Amino acid sequence: MKFLVFLEHHEGRLQKDALGLLSRAASLGDAEAVLLGSEVNELAAEAGKYGATRVHVDDDVLLDKALPQPRVDALETLLGNEQFDAVLFAASVLSADVAAALAARLDAGLNYDLTDLAVEDGKLVGKRPALGDSVYADVGWTSEPHLALVRSGTFEPKEAGGSAEVAPFESRFQDFSLAATMVEQAHEESEGPSIEDADVIVAAGRGLGGPDNFGLVEELAKALGGAVAATRAVVDAGWYPYSTQVGQTGKTVSPKLYVAVGISGAIQHKVGMQSSGLIVAINKDPNAPIFEYADFGVVGDLHEIVPKLTELVRARKAA
Amino acid sequence: MKIAVCAKYVPESTAARRIDPQTKRLDRSGEGALNPFDVNAVEEALRLKEAGGGEVVIVSLGPERALEAMRRALAMGADRIVLVADEAAAGSDLVATSRVLAAALERESPDLVLFGQQANDADGAVLWAAIAERLQRPLISQVAELSLEDGKARGKRQTEYGYDVIDAPLPAVVAVSDAINEPRYPSLKGIMGAKKKPQETVSLADLGVGAEEAGEAGSRTTVEALNDPPPRGDTVKIEDDGSGAEKILEFLQERKAI
Repeated sequence: MKFLVFLEHHEGRLQKDALGLLSRAASLGDAEAVLLGSEVNELAAEAGKYGATRVHVDDDVLLDKALPQPRVDALETLLGNEQFDAVLFAASVLSADVAAALAARLDAGLNYDLTDLAVEDGKLVGKRPALGDSVYADVGWTSEPHLALVRSGTFEPKEAGGSAEVAPFESRFQDFSLAATMVEQAHEESEGPSIEDADVIVAAGRGLGGPDNFGLVEELAKALGGAVAATRAVVDAGWYPYSTQVGQTGKTVSPKLYVAVGISGAIQHKVGMQSSGLIVAINKDPNAPIFEYADFGVVGDLHEIVPKLTELVRARKAA
Repeated sequence: MKIAVCAKYVPESTAARRIDPQTKRLDRSGEGALNPFDVNAVEEALRLKEAGGGEVVIVSLGPERALEAMRRALAMGADRIVLVADEAAAGSDLVATSRVLAAALERESPDLVLFGQQANDADGAVLWAAIAERLQRPLISQVAELSLEDGKARGKRQTEYGYDVIDAPLPAVVAVSDAINEPRYPSLKGIMGAKKKPQETVSLADLGVGAEEAGEAGSRTTVEALNDPPPRGDTVKIEDDGSGAEKILEFLQERKAI
């Protein structure tokens, strides 16, 4: 099976989820990738390390900004030149719009929110959770190419050390696709890793008590070498920035370790973090739903446990 | 200024939800409501109308009984409803839904099409981009602040990396996030008046969409099987007796997470 993986990038780095998806595609068949942007040629070589045999590159100033519609034109051009069985996207604000618009452009089926891809009896099968992840559906396609949008944080990138052939192409653009313009891009400077890329996340909920207590969580995150995340309630209350929000209306993350501090763990939060490797929860309410799916839960006062844990982790790392 | 708000009829959020094992689709036979995320889009449309005049029309695809739930938007202040209600459209996926909805929107030819940030019964959040494509209009998604000036929509939005500000000349398609506003509650007068506002039900034939282009026939994806979720390992819950932090550290070491 021949795959095309859409590689999103930001500030000279390929996005982690896209690389994870590329690794997965390479394990299922022949993986090629498409890289769109301005001055992105150097990134093409990077994709080879994660299993791409060829990287189709359109380096065009019209693709400089992170806008979806010119990318739909670019993909249509490429898919007119080359045949693929499936085109895969790792979900993000940009990629979801590109995938959905491409589905309409090509009248090609798009399955979204997938948490796995498999090839069964020579057919691509997507796995899609539904109803708060209480049911998993096997989904398929009745058109070519199969379009798939995979939930963020699903696949871990695996460096295989290969190299990719770079295949430049030139996109044909439609007028309406170039009508929207990026006026400003303001990127928050965040300390430490962003939550999508972090191996360890310490997340805080309303149980923290107030914005001033975020210091506790930040200290623990620093000691563990991780990033800080927040629940929707905390972000809505203005305690912490939206860019750190995990859950249904925020980001989906899957770090190796997720420490939930003062988070009750309602379904809206759960869907954003349940694929984490290990989940540790600290909450004073013994009936908090988070304890139903935390690998290790402690019922107690976070104001005592968190600083102590920070000390212990520091001591352990210093040893 | 004519603003169309695309709204979805979804199962009541308090109702127990199930998937019909026969059709492998969400059982929609119970009570329904206007998708709560679409209420933000209705609110934003009303604010734009209040500032600059015009008309707000609700466009929806759903069963006949969706009309009642959609009246909430009329009670808030929207002017009328166009509901595409057709048995042949049931079970439409993204390709089919966008085809039908785009046909309904083309008939209205609004200056601005608004969407809410997602449906609460599906985690897609993909429809607006497909609609923008079918209407061949510029798109801004995830908009947390919206303004209209000089024939352009300007949207500020949050992404994984921070903020973008994007301009799109009208007519345009804009999807708003639920951070954009605090929706009003319908007034009693609004509720009373809602029933008298125009509420049109149209069929696929009225829109010139063939039955084979909608519903399962017009869809390009399938649900093959339903399975139980993959099991998680055992969970452990302890009471903190003063050694909670030590116990966490031990667990992390045991699982080689540190």
